Amino acid sequence: MEFAGVFSYLVFFLTMAGIYAVLALGLNVQWGYTGQINIGVAGFFAVGAYTAAIMTTAPSEDHLGGFGLPFVVGLVAAMIASGIVALAVGLITLKLRSDYLAIATIGIAEILRLFLKNEQWLTNGVRGIPSIPNPLEGLTGIGLGLGYLAIVIVLVVLTYWAVERLYRSPWARVLRAIRANEDAVTAAGKSVLRFRVEAFVTGSMFMGLAGALYAHNSGFISPEAFTPMFGTFLPWVMLIAGGSGNNRGAILGAVVIWGVWTMTPTLIDLLNNIGIVPAFLAERASFLRIFLIGLLLEIILVTRPQGILPERPPRPIDLPADSG
Amino acid sequence: MIDIVQLLIYGIVLGSIIALGAIGVSLIFGILRFAHFAHGDLMTLGAYFALVGVAGMNLPMFFAFLLAIAATAAVSIGIDRVLYRRLRRSHPIILLISSVGVALMLRSLVQMIWGPDNKIYQAGVQMPWIVGGLRFKPDWVMIVGGAAALMILLHLFLQRTRLGKAMRAMSDNADLARVSGIDTEKVVIWTWLIAGVLAAAAGIFLGMDTRLHPIMGWKLLLPVFAAAIFGGIGKPYGAIVGALIIGIAQEMSTLVISPAYKPAVAFALMVLMLIWRPTGLFRGKVL
Amino acid sequence: MSLLLAEDVYGGYGGTDILHGVSMEMDAGEIVVIVGPNGAGKSTAMKSVFGLVHVREGRVRFQDEDITNEAPDRIVARGMCYVPQEHNVFPSLTVHENLEMGAFIRTDDYTAQIDRVYDLFPPLKEKRRQPAGTLSGGQRQMVAIGRALMLDPKLLLLDEPTAGLSPKFIDLIFQRIREINDQGVGILMVEQNAKQALGMADRGYVLVLGRNRHEDTGRNLLDDPEVAEMFLGG
Repeated sequence: MEFAGVFSYLVFFLTMAGIYAVLALGLNVQWGYTGQINIGVAGFFAVGAYTAAIMTTAPSEDHLGGFGLPFVVGLVAAMIASGIVALAVGLITLKLRSDYLAIATIGIAEILRLFLKNEQWLTNGVRGIPSIPNPLEGLTGIGLGLGYLAIVIVLVVLTYWAVERLYRSPWARVLRAIRANEDAVTAAGKSVLRFRVEAFVTGSMFMGLAGALYAHNSGFISPEAFTPMFGTFLPWVMLIAGGSGNNRGAILGAVVIWGVWTMTPTLIDLLNNIGIVPAFLAERASFLRIFLIGLLLEIILVTRPQGILPERPPRPIDLPADSG
Repeated sequence: MIDIVQLLIYGIVLGSIIALGAIGVSLIFGILRFAHFAHGDLMTLGAYFALVGVAGMNLPMFFAFLLAIAATAAVSIGIDRVLYRRLRRSHPIILLISSVGVALMLRSLVQMIWGPDNKIYQAGVQMPWIVGGLRFKPDWVMIVGGAAALMILLHLFLQRTRLGKAMRAMSDNADLARVSGIDTEKVVIWTWLIAGVLAAAAGIFLGMDTRLHPIMGWKLLLPVFAAAIFGGIGKPYGAIVGALIIGIAQEMSTLVISPAYKPAVAFALMVLMLIWRPTGLFRGKVL
Repeated sequence: MSLLLAEDVYGGYGGTDILHGVSMEMDAGEIVVIVGPNGAGKSTAMKSVFGLVHVREGRVRFQDEDITNEAPDRIVARGMCYVPQEHNVFPSLTVHENLEMGAFIRTDDYTAQIDRVYDLFPPLKEKRRQPAGTLSGGQRQMVAIGRALMLDPKLLLLDEPTAGLSPKFIDLIFQRIREINDQGVGILMVEQNAKQALGMADRGYVLVLGRNRHEDTGRNLLDDPEVAEMFLGG
């Protein structure tokens, strides 16, 4: 029985790590490939989740939707919806320099959150959308868990394959050139804004996908699930710890940091039991956990900012196309 | 008509609070070249330090205020010495991300020590003054007056003292400042000191006007940044003007849109300014 | 006594060398000019003296003391001041405040020095309460040089002081530089207006592609046909 408990915990752990991996991979397209700092990840995550929920749930008086569409349609719709929001946001804000873009994305996420909270006709506000269907009819318990994990793993692999293909493409080479020297790229006659918007939209679509996966995994979503902490800060720490610019790093970071995040309460409990951590801190373990993740981030930034797996571009950008 | 004037008054109060935060953000942006995302949580920290003074040590608010701004200034300088200083040569984005980490650490510290619930400086409701049909909370006199006093002190510092001029010089051109022999590290320390003092004041005033809550400062971060950008990076006077405009606009907006969307107003104004005149009202830096 | 000595300096930005064994020397009170075609490394050579560019190999000595790779604020304290080519004033500070900033590390009363700067550049006295950013190019250059004079330096480094100025101002600035030199301040100057600069130089160095090409008195360099052909033009 012990084993079953640990096993199902592991399944849940890997599922969430996988969802976060997709999120981190999307962020990597924006930050790692293009140097765009998106502090509104939670917004796109939420848009994806809500879109999937609205598309797939049964009809309800409380919120829009009830289209009862299949799982895959929900995933695709989530990606499209996030993409559209990203397009709108991007066209306005991507002309801004990186610091300003960061602030603008906070604003965007905040507006999205207010929107989701207040437009009750659409989202049922703070009460959230329940009963998001599970895509695997007939499976329950550990079977369901494993089945869903399998789906998530497949999507992580597909996402990884897609972003890796993108990374080796001429398109990404232009993105790297923009990162290095924007003016040179403009002088070469390419629209920097277009490439930036494309990268931003692509990354956001994967964030939407992660949101959809999250919605089906939880079965219930509300604005509370998409706080800046869960939806933005954690993915960022994952990407930085794992290695910005490196897709394997993104996945690795997701697993490692999610591990730290979920194990910390257990660790704190343990330390409390043996007397190192005082009781009142143990009660507020969730905050201590945030503090420790923040501390971990700072340590990484000071000692090894490139992360565990540093970026490795396929080819230097200033060599002519036909050499080596 | 009365409604509009009432909203104007709310806007001035809010704008004064935002201004204190925005000045600090603008100075840090101008001198240290990065967006300090932990600024809101510095405000929160200041507010809670004052709570220690008032509730824990039973000090009158005035002394608690002084204690809190000193403590926050010390923390602010300390964070720079321990962390940001090591990242001085890093890309501004790394500093930005680092400050997000600091924001979370400060916030979680507040939550660990004081808990996640609302707190207030003193129990009991203040009776508002009714003057000519307009409502005034007595605290507002202290808030707007206190903010104005701090801004005047800052003005005198920047215009009349050697170090203040050096700060303006470094904000204009840090390389030239170095080349001229200005002690740039000293200017940096004073920048954090001033930013800490003003942020703490903003937090305390906010706590007086509303209540204390671990995310009180974070919620104000967007309007604070919007004001700093609106006014022009590195232009503290611009930040003040920007803050008042944004504060008043946010309150006035409730005439036409739902109050829930007030933060969106600050954001919209910031984006409009960035599109129209990226250097801001007082033509500051473009980073 | 030798005021400044640069021996076989190799250095540049990042990992690559721009200077390949540059040597220069000057005595107190001299005017020394560095000229050369674009990309010759003239500004880089000057910056390497002042600690703004990393010296990978070689030595820089000021008043017989080794200052190789010393930080600019230490060098300033020794009596060497630098005027960059661009962004050389604090635009939002007034003219007077710019000068005050130049005197930042002074602990004594420097009103006499400010008066000397105003005597040298009378228009600045008139506009002393105006923000430096609102002045014309020529007047801004005066502020820039004035700022550097506030520490009463023994050596003044000027990076293309007449760049972008109208002919009237070019003459004026060169004249003032001569006057500053007459007061005993050594001048090391990078200049694009080579002819005029060499005309007043005690010594000139012609750099090409980061290396010493010619070295002689200013007068002799002006008369040298090879130098003339290189870039002196009319």
